[in-house]
Amino acid sequence: MAKNYEIRLSGSGGQGLILAGIILARAAVIEKRRVTQTQSYGPESRGGYSRADVIISDEEIYFPEATNFDCLLALTQEACDVYLYDLRESGILIIDTTFVKNLALAAENTYELPFTDIAQEKLGSPITTNIMSLAFLVQLTGIVKPGSLKQSIAESVKPAFIDVNYKAMELGFELAKKYKK
Amino acid sequence: MPKKEINSKAAPKPKKDQTTLAVKPESKLEEIQSSRERKNVLMQGNEAVAYGALDAGVNFFAGYPITPSTEVAEILANELPKRGGVFIQMEDEIASICAITGASLAGAKALTATSGPGFSLMQEGIGFAKITETPCVVVNVQRMGPSTGMPTSPAQGDIMQAKWGSHGDSPAIVLYPASVKESYELTIRAVNLSEKYRTCVILLLDEVIGHMREAVRLPDMANVRVINRIKPTVPPNWYKHYDENQKYLSPLASYGEGYRFHVTGLTHDSHGFPTNKSGEAGDMMERLRKKISYNMRDLVQIESYQMEDAKIAIFTAGITARAAKAAIAMARHEGIKVGLLRPLTIWPFPDDAVRKMLRNVETVIVPELNQGQLIHEIQRLTKDKSESNLIPLQRVNGQLITPNDILRKIKEVS
Repeated sequence: MAKNYEIRLSGSGGQGLILAGIILARAAVIEKRRVTQTQSYGPESRGGYSRADVIISDEEIYFPEATNFDCLLALTQEACDVYLYDLRESGILIIDTTFVKNLALAAENTYELPFTDIAQEKLGSPITTNIMSLAFLVQLTGIVKPGSLKQSIAESVKPAFIDVNYKAMELGFELAKKYKK
Repeated sequence: MPKKEINSKAAPKPKKDQTTLAVKPESKLEEIQSSRERKNVLMQGNEAVAYGALDAGVNFFAGYPITPSTEVAEILANELPKRGGVFIQMEDEIASICAITGASLAGAKALTATSGPGFSLMQEGIGFAKITETPCVVVNVQRMGPSTGMPTSPAQGDIMQAKWGSHGDSPAIVLYPASVKESYELTIRAVNLSEKYRTCVILLLDEVIGHMREAVRLPDMANVRVINRIKPTVPPNWYKHYDENQKYLSPLASYGEGYRFHVTGLTHDSHGFPTNKSGEAGDMMERLRKKISYNMRDLVQIESYQMEDAKIAIFTAGITARAAKAAIAMARHEGIKVGLLRPLTIWPFPDDAVRKMLRNVETVIVPELNQGQLIHEIQRLTKDKSESNLIPLQRVNGQLITPNDILRKIKEVS
């Protein structure tokens, strides 16, 4: 059976999770892998729930929605509460402790950082939290190469915003390297 | 129209100002199409529909943007004007379907995109396009209904509406893709079939398919087969707008080309004028029926997946068929012989393929994101089989039927 790597990026509307999902999926396309990216969100453009699923595989992907995550990124308490139960036993949980204060379940591989606070402090705005935490995820899981992520960012955001997103990406890579040690 | 023109032997050339709807600079269009990069790209289902429409030669779009179909309008608003085509944002969906029908009668290849609430408003216009045998395509990216329902949530609730939404008997061609690539391919096919069969073809997408992104490589334009409507070759005074001598597929003149014809939603004769004669009315209805039912081989497309040795068959379309494939992989891993029959054309319904399936398997599971629509069509063909072997699996709550849901059902019945 095909081994799919299932990632769910979750939080609330306006946090840029769907864009992060698109960027991750495009990085997989750059590496000529099979990929599907789906999303679910409420009718509002800010607030409410929002999630993006990315499935990466070397074989045909039948069902495009993540059901049993290899990796879950949760940027809000609500998202973490709802989706934690569908994380695989050995799956990786990444939470933003700026908003996620408690875990309903203990996950084996949990990575906790106040991503939004760090973005505010180091980059002057919480707006690139999505890219920073995505880069953290990529560095941690190795699901795509850092270089592919960089190329994908360049292809996915407006030219004026490439630099600020690169900065966020580099910061995310660094945080992951430090965390690993 | 002056009598002199009607009696002239050859078709008069259209005046310049009457050709505004046709794609103007042919070379410019080719230039744009060849310059587009045909490499592996991440593309959304709705994007694939828009590019499929452009590659099929659609040069007129009138619509009213609605979630989850908006990207189709958004992309065509950008792309059509570059190619000499026309994009109009209408005041509502009733106007949209009327505008594409009118544009088509003037010679354009016309398409609109909408979702449930808009699709409901379009029903009268769809019936008009069908009775006047005017080629056009309506893309319906389904969301949960009834009414405004849940705009961003998937449902497969418009399967019956796509055939029966307009009043009266209504032979229909409805296509149903299950991937981004297929969204592109079936959009082209929908436009082609509308031109060939002179009718309103409907493309049904699931919300998830419309919004999903996958890697696709669009074919080179040289490999895209485009069908254009048959134009009349007879002098204008011999022209019949509805000609029964052509295997139910009659040539179509455009307004402004010098041919005289009348278009009405009333039951009409072969020149398009209203009639109350039962003979002519019966002929018209038979032609609408036969042009579909006599061409089933051309119209019906199905995917038969791991059915060779299957004891259990799953019959479903669109996104739910993808859940089924994942479930089949898991079930086969455990030694359960299960396969999938997936219609790419849901109307006309693939009766023959379903009859064959019913002969060869013990149990049929019909998962669908509605309260039971496809299953009734299979029930209709289940005369000699116990209905207990026909298993529904239905969900309407904004969530998808997952591979595990289907696997559980497979295990229950195996």
